Amino acid sequence: MSERLLTIRDAINEALVQAMEADPTVFLMGEDVAGGAGRDDRGGLDAWGGPFGVTRGLATRFGRERVLDTTIAEAGFFGAAVGAAMTGMRPVVELMYVDFAGVAYDQMLNQAAKVRYMFGGTQKVPMVMRTVVGGGFRAAAEHSQTLYSIFAHIPGLKTVAPTTAADAKGLLLTAIADDDPVVFFEHKRMYMQKSHVPEAPEPIPFGVAAVRREGTDLTIVGVQRGVQFALEAAEALAGEDISVEVIDPRTYTPLDKGTILASVAKTGRLMIVDESYPRASLATDLAAIVADEGFESLKGPIRRVTAPHTPVPFSPPLEDAYLPLPGRIVAEVKRLLGA
Amino acid sequence: MPDAPTPTHDQLYAMYRSMVTMRRFDAVVTELAEADRIPGYAHTYTGSEAIAAGVCAALRPSDWIASTYRNHGHAIGKGVALRAMAAELHGRRTGTAKGKGGSMHISDFGVGMLGAFGIVAAGMPIALGAALSMKMQGRDEVAVAFFGDGAVHQGVFHEAMGLAKLWNAPVLFVCENNQYAEATALDYHLHTETVANMAAGYALPGVRADGMDVVAVYQATLEAVARARAGGGATLLEFVSYRFSGQYEGDKQTYQPADERAAWWAREPLTAFEQAAAERGLDAARLERIRADADAEVAAAFAAAEQDPWPEPDELYDDVYVSYEGGLR
Ligand SMILES: Cc1ncc(C[n+]2csc(CCOP(=O)(O)OP(=O)(O)O)c2C)c(N)n1
Ligand SMILES: [Mg+2]
Repeated sequence: MSERLLTIRDAINEALVQAMEADPTVFLMGEDVAGGAGRDDRGGLDAWGGPFGVTRGLATRFGRERVLDTTIAEAGFFGAAVGAAMTGMRPVVELMYVDFAGVAYDQMLNQAAKVRYMFGGTQKVPMVMRTVVGGGFRAAAEHSQTLYSIFAHIPGLKTVAPTTAADAKGLLLTAIADDDPVVFFEHKRMYMQKSHVPEAPEPIPFGVAAVRREGTDLTIVGVQRGVQFALEAAEALAGEDISVEVIDPRTYTPLDKGTILASVAKTGRLMIVDESYPRASLATDLAAIVADEGFESLKGPIRRVTAPHTPVPFSPPLEDAYLPLPGRIVAEVKRLLGA
Repeated sequence: MPDAPTPTHDQLYAMYRSMVTMRRFDAVVTELAEADRIPGYAHTYTGSEAIAAGVCAALRPSDWIASTYRNHGHAIGKGVALRAMAAELHGRRTGTAKGKGGSMHISDFGVGMLGAFGIVAAGMPIALGAALSMKMQGRDEVAVAFFGDGAVHQGVFHEAMGLAKLWNAPVLFVCENNQYAEATALDYHLHTETVANMAAGYALPGVRADGMDVVAVYQATLEAVARARAGGGATLLEFVSYRFSGQYEGDKQTYQPADERAAWWAREPLTAFEQAAAERGLDAARLERIRADADAEVAAAFAAAEQDPWPEPDELYDDVYVSYEGGLR
């Protein structure tokens, strides 16, 4: 098979292009998702494509009628996405950084998530919220968070966190075609990572975890960048004859419990790696599920390797100590195995 | 402005010192960012110095300001120590936030700088709350929120103005209209003719002045401050300038046409001040000395900051709470 290497950023862009070509009801909204608004006639069109260039070129291709640069009014345009989704459109809305969730959250938590249920299944909200998460940019407490859990907590929302370019494309295609509201997390430190991506639109189903590495001594479930940290740690540990299985759930609601429980049944040990705050988090949730439904398989305690219960610090030595980097995972695995 | 007091020569020299310090500080920030010698995001203030300098000159040390990610000018205007700011940008323990906040989050309670918030318009209700607090404590300090033209679309812009009216709070909402919100031009996003007009919706005074003219900024602010201190409530101030800086350091600014930039640059506030200096009876040689002193002060601050110690990794657990039982790991 010939390799077609794409960055995660470009894979997302390609998914958007293909979805917009296939379905005229798909449209984008967000702050500077094109950029240069008001200066189109002076070369401004598509000046940005969002702060990371993910949506660059889409306004040129599809026009500003389908790529809407909004004002800085998240509560407004997230609510508008809900209303448009209820009435025949498929909005893909960008929350520039997940840290800005505070101002958009009401529409997601109380409206997007609940319309179907509280109106007795008579309606649907086929919208996607794309957002950027993650530390490692020295961007401090208000631009570095990984607020997966505040969305995963809410019944009615689906949550997706891709870790490869192919997954980013395939899962985004599924998200856009899905009839429920989907929150799609993109990690800012992973955008430029390349891997093979099929050119044809090939949606990847939700609720199917990927086993990224097979192993026998311990299962590590990673959350987004945590998968990569875990894979690096697993590689280092292989040199010391410790065999680690690494699982990437890919979607958290719905969650493929089966793959995780089967892996723990095989290895008897579980670690979860997530750069989020530990309390009331995905890591804690996954640990609870395995403790509840897979207790008999466990040979020892479940270990969560996460950020501490602190905001994300700015200074490099502080942020490096903050993130669950591979070195820490290696040490924790050894402690857990008594190795 | 009806009989707005003319600033004294000493006040004018002080405002100039403040402006050139801001300009030089952010020039160094740009150099450091380009050379990858400071971590993280930096947002500079080139071209809007007259706003921070003019507003802060009309305040007392005990008055409060709340700022944004683009805060260096506000912090300098309010008197935050350059050395501590530079150290914060470098992520050092000696910084204003011990390295926890970086460029976007300068603060210094000691000089009335409540802090810089990275969420657009977040400082507006915070300044409102400080103003309410002063009123409830029977004090006559006022509070100022700085924000950009793009911020007028946030819900809290409107909520804060409505509440300020309701409480007759001694707060100044200072909009720095620099023609752009990120890569979006003002003429695309602003629907009213001016930002100041939006005050009418809340029955507050809205005042617009030239943000390239430090004296105009000073006088407009002084009047609003006097009204607030006297129990006359809030004002929305709009100062018009241009964002010569990128949205962030590294922004290519392809959306700003060159002729547009050049036309605004012809009015940039330092040159404007220097051109008006003789007419105001100011001494050119003294302005020259002020520039040299500011350059030296900024250089010394960054040179010293770069030698400062990094925080120890364990310091990351400090200052999450005032007190907390049970550990944070
Ligand atoms: C609630 C929120 N939405 C989006 C952003 C991203 N953002 C940072 S600055 C900015 C533009 C702000 O423009 P303006 O208010 O004009 O201020 P300026 O940068 O021009 O000083 C945006 C959209 C944010 N920080 N907070
Ligand atoms: Mg602006």
